[in-house]
Amino acid sequence: MSEKSAGGLATAGRVNKYPLPRIRAPKAPAGTLYRGNTGMWSWVLHRITGVAIFFFLLVHILDTALVRVSPEAYNVVIESYKTPIMGLGELGLVVAIGFHALNGLRIILIDFWSVGPRYHKLMFVVVILLWVILLIGFTPRHLMHVFGG
Amino acid sequence: MSTVNIETPRAPRSTGARRGVNLEKWGWIYMRASGVVLVVLIFGHLFVNLVAGEGVKAIDFAFVAGKWADPFWVVWDTALLWLALIHGANGMRTIVNDYASNALLRTIFKGALLVSTVALLTLGTLVIYTFEPCPVGAPAELLPSFCEAGRP
Repeated sequence: MSEKSAGGLATAGRVNKYPLPRIRAPKAPAGTLYRGNTGMWSWVLHRITGVAIFFFLLVHILDTALVRVSPEAYNVVIESYKTPIMGLGELGLVVAIGFHALNGLRIILIDFWSVGPRYHKLMFVVVILLWVILLIGFTPRHLMHVFGG
Repeated sequence: MSTVNIETPRAPRSTGARRGVNLEKWGWIYMRASGVVLVVLIFGHLFVNLVAGEGVKAIDFAFVAGKWADPFWVVWDTALLWLALIHGANGMRTIVNDYASNALLRTIFKGALLVSTVALLTLGTLVIYTFEPCPVGAPAELLPSFCEAGRP
């Protein structure tokens, strides 16, 4: 009776009838069911892009509120949005919004679509593809607006 | 000596704590419901402001006044303001709950989120609905073309 439960742990010198299963530790940190896979990385990116968009939104509400101060005040601030550095910032904003929006739709499909959880990895691939297509369309157009004469 | 009463591990949770409205559930539903609408509202906003015409170079006071002369964009921007800011603040609340391990710090962060959200919703809504497209004394070249009509 006790042979099985105590087996193998402190029985030096005796032949172990019930060896413990050998579990090899990975040499480098490896993905588990969740950690390190698409589930984790889509979640990480969703958080980072969400926080970035939130802080832009705070600033954007304040800068738009300047239309209530005077046309001059609004125009001065909005001119800074047309500079090269802010132009690149707007590209970054669209990069963040594009991922957050597409991955958000993926989350909704995982939650509400009956076979959503089964296709979550495929849907992540689709999200990345649509994201790249969106940016291929947006990036040259926006950079021409910002840097073009 | 007092005895320690250990509950049956598989006993159902007490029903007392589950009474009332489940705000966390409604927050969860709100993120998804508003998210779907925001995809449409934000991509529309980005297209009109950054892609169409001259893109970001076209934005100035007259551009905003031209948009808000149309009730369609007034409703669009009001919905955008409310849905996006509450969506963002609720997401930040989730992040605070996840990472701020100190109870006092959590209260401070969430209080700051509440105050800033209420302040910006009030400010933004007032700006949209008290907007003056043709302010008296402003240089005509900064104003939308429709302001000319009423001038002597």
